[in-house]
This record gives sequence, structure tokens and C-alpha cells, in this order.
Amino acid sequence: MSAAAPARRARKKVDAAFYVMLLPALLLFTLLIIGPALAGMFFSVTNYVGYGEYSFVGLANYLVLFTDPRILSAYGFTIGFSVVTVLLVNAIALFLAVLLNSKIKFKTALRGVFFIPMVVSGIVIAYVFNYIFSTSIPAVFGGSSILANADWAWVAVVVVTAWQAIPSALIIYLAGLLAIPEEVYEASSLDGATPWRQFTAITLPLVAGYVVINTVLGFKNFLNAYDIIVGLTNGGPGTATSSVAMTIFTGFTSGDYAYQMANAVVFFVITVLISIAQLRIINRRGVSL
Amino acid sequence: MAIAADPATVEAAAKNARGNRARQTGGAVSGRASRSAWLLTGVLAVCGLTVLLPLYLTVTMAFKTPEQSVDGNGFSLPAPLNPSSFADAWNLVGFPTAFVISVLVAAASVAGVIVLASLAAYAIVRQWDNKLFKYSYFYLLAAMFIPFPVIALPQVKLTAYLSLDNPVGVAVLHILFQLSFSVLLYSAFLRSIPGELEESARIDGATTWQVFWKLIFPLLAPMNATVGIFAFLAAWNDFMMPSLITANPDLQTIPVIQQIFQSSFSTDYNVAFASYLMAMAPTIIVYVFAQRWVMSGVTRGAIK
Repeated sequence: MSAAAPARRARKKVDAAFYVMLLPALLLFTLLIIGPALAGMFFSVTNYVGYGEYSFVGLANYLVLFTDPRILSAYGFTIGFSVVTVLLVNAIALFLAVLLNSKIKFKTALRGVFFIPMVVSGIVIAYVFNYIFSTSIPAVFGGSSILANADWAWVAVVVVTAWQAIPSALIIYLAGLLAIPEEVYEASSLDGATPWRQFTAITLPLVAGYVVINTVLGFKNFLNAYDIIVGLTNGGPGTATSSVAMTIFTGFTSGDYAYQMANAVVFFVITVLISIAQLRIINRRGVSL
Repeated sequence: MAIAADPATVEAAAKNARGNRARQTGGAVSGRASRSAWLLTGVLAVCGLTVLLPLYLTVTMAFKTPEQSVDGNGFSLPAPLNPSSFADAWNLVGFPTAFVISVLVAAASVAGVIVLASLAAYAIVRQWDNKLFKYSYFYLLAAMFIPFPVIALPQVKLTAYLSLDNPVGVAVLHILFQLSFSVLLYSAFLRSIPGELEESARIDGATTWQVFWKLIFPLLAPMNATVGIFAFLAAWNDFMMPSLITANPDLQTIPVIQQIFQSSFSTDYNVAFASYLMAMAPTIIVYVFAQRWVMSGVTRGAIK
């Protein structure tokens, strides 16, 4: 750690302290994140059941995966639910952001209220909504619980997921709206533009980049849906709201460890592909932040 | 990571907007503008009910008697007011233990992320010309794409093997899962700190460690708050990881122990909701008091 070392060599000598600063993070990270990821990929081509002996089976797990109705329905539900939720979250968050950014009373207090869902635990709020859907709503409006209806239970999952996800999308939109200079609106209203025209001609194009960001982040989160589904429907009725994360976790108990690792690898690839596709769209649009 | 944003943009935007807002409110508001302001406020207030109703229901249910909690729609006010549910929930689910464990896990995660990520980011930014440090950055960032479910199975086996199938392991994993994003935030911030500042300290004979702890770390304060808030929320509210990693059910965190009401005590609604309320209250209270920092923290970190 001497300060006098440099001049010796042409290449600057790195102070050992920098290695000590970086290595703990790097080593722990490799051991506990990358290590298990590689181990998982390894086991996905075996018939390991979680304990005992195992042998290689090549791509057998992967081939079965693509014909397994339980897995396919989990992917169908997860991707479909993510698409619907992303659309809903973006529409509502943008709507709220525009209102919260306009001339209103109690601005700080109102903003404060809309950000609360972000700080509460997903599983706990899902339990509260579980009661609302299964008891309160039937008591007030009649009918039976939406959670017990295999065709409609996904709506409840969308509603609660959106409820919790809107604040973070909202805050990004607010940041985007705040970046638009007020003068642009002033000039356009002098030209006689209606609020709606201002929204479509000024606001929308200028927040387009933020829409893409919210879509990327939203997809990344919704594809991993777990807490809220566990608290609301636990994957039911039947397997109607069973997400990919839930099917992977069955690998702990059902003896199909290697099979679910193959599922996890496929899931990872799909997640990355979706992210890359979205990033490409961003680059093409020339949005830089 | 093409959309990696520098927080300064958002900061500047916010500052710009504060000026605008001051200008708006400073001017005289005509009668028509004021009416539309009240109208929009009304629309927002109605929308806000969708946020507040579930919370209202949680509070009222928690204060009901067992008899009142099983009939009705849940939205009626508690009559008579019955606070004993909280004591029942406190004892029934082992709340004190879970609370202490949640606090320790969250505190360890926050402290661990701040120290590990700021040190790593500092080394990376100052040694960017060195390949090891540069590639380490991309190596750490690449993991932002790895979701927990993907590596959960082998991770659970590994933590059990290392005797980390307990709250200590949960805290360590939370630190590592927050690491990528935090290093990204710190690096962006550190690049904006001019190197001349450090050179003068070095000329005075300060070592790298002294430069970091005495000069850099205090300058990182706003970013420490942001990273800390994210780490706290992630660790405090997480259900998935502790429920899978922690083997001993007596050592679970607060969100996980709420499960008990879905199975064993499914009709004790008042006790269940008292427990939910106690689980939600800490973050909401912290949020109400630290709103300003939470908001700026999220804004700063929202765009990754």
C-alpha cells in the first residue's frame, strides 16, 4: 500500500487495497449466485432427483418439457398474465402521473397515498385481497368468489399485482413528465391546443422512452410472479393461476429436481430473450437515458 | 444495460420541475383553473380510495371482535372496538421472534449491501483501465438478469450444505441479489466525483482505505440512502427467499409467518388481520416519516 510505487513500471501498479475492496463481493457472488446457476444447468441434463445417485440423460428433460401440459399451461398463464398486467399498469400509471403532475390541490399528500402500495409486503397484501375477493365482494355485490372460478381467478391476480406495481411505474412516469419543460405547454396553449391535443402531441411522444423502461422492468418482475399468487389463489383453482416460478419450486418436493432445473434454464432463456428484444426496440427508437 | 441511466438526469429533471412548480403556484390562479384543479383533485381522491380501502379494511378488521369479524362484508366499522386481537396475534404466531429476525435480516442486508457494493464500485471505477475490474463490473451486472426462481433449487441445496439455511443465509443472499443493481447505482454516482479531490488527499499521504472511508464514503451519502432503502424494502417484505431457504420454521421472518392463518386459523379473521396490520405497519410508518427520501431514492434508482 505504498504511495511511492508508481514510477517504476510503465504500467501503473494497482494498489492491493483495490483488490481487497472488490474480491469479497466477487467471491461471495460467484459462490452463491453464479455457482448455483452453473450447478443448475449441469443438473438439468441429468436425472437427479435431489439426493442420491444420478446419471446423464442428455436433453431428455428439455424434450419432455415442451410436451408437458402442466408446464405449458404455467408458461401460458405467466406470459399472458404479464402482458395484461404490463398494459394495465402502464395505462393507469401514466393516467395517474399526468393527473398528479397537473395543477391539483394537496399534491404532496395525494402523491404520498399512491406510493404506499410499493412499501407493503406482497404476500400480506395478497392475503388482505384474498379476503376482499372471497368474502367482502360476494357479501356486497352477491355472487361467488372470483378466486374459486378457474376462468376468472387470473383477473384477481392481475388486479393485485397491478395494485402493487403501479407506484414504481408511476414514479418513473412522473420523473419523465417533470423533465418536460413547462414552456412547451405554455407555447402550445397560446396556439390554442386543447389539453387532449397537448397530451397526444407533446406528452405521449416525450414519455415514450419511459413507457419502454416500464415495460422492460414490469415484464421482468411479473414473469417471476410468486408472492401475490401464493397469497391469493395458491395457483388454483386447479392449476389455473399456477406461475412458472411455482412449477419450478415443485422440484423441491415432487422428486423432479433435474426436470425443474431444465424448466428453470428455459425460463431464464425466455426472460433474457424478452429483455433483449425490448432493449433492441429501445435502441431502434433511439431512446437514451 | 443500454438504458443504464445516470441519476443526475433525473435529479436535474426534478430540480427543473421544482422551479416550474414554484412558478405555477406563484402566479395568480383564475377561477376556471381553480375549478379544474378541484375537479382533478376529486378524480385523484376517488382513485386513491382503491389504495386506501384495502388498508382501511385491514385496520377495521383487526379491531373487531371474533363475532363481528366473521359476518358482514369487512368494511363496517368495529363496534365495539376490540384491541385484544393484537395480543392474540402477537402470541399466536410468535411475533416477537419473527420481528427480531426480520429486523436483523433487514439491517444486515442494508449494511452488507452498502459496504460491499460501495467498495466494489469504488475499486471498479478507479481501476476501470484494468481489465479485471472492468470485466468484474459486467460480470456483476449480468446477474441482474438472473431471477431467484431460476437458481433457487441449487441455491437451497448449497445453503443447506454450508449451514446457511437460516436467517444469516437469507441476509447474505439478499445482499448478493441487491449487489448488481447497487454497484450500478454507485458506479454512476462515483464517476461524477472528480479524481482531483482524491489526488490532493493522496499527496497528503492518505492510503486508499483512508481516501475511501474519510473522503469518498461520506460523499456517497445520498446514494447510500437510496441503496439502503431498496435493500430494506426488498429484505423486509420478501416472502419467497426466506420461505425456501430457512429450514427451521421457528426462525422465519414476518411475511412468512402470516401463512399460518391460511391453514390453521382460517376463521380467526380479526387475529389474522391484526397480524397483517402488524406486518405492514413498520414499512408504512417508516414510509410516512421518510417519504421525501423514499421518493427521491426511488426516483434516483427507478431508471436502471
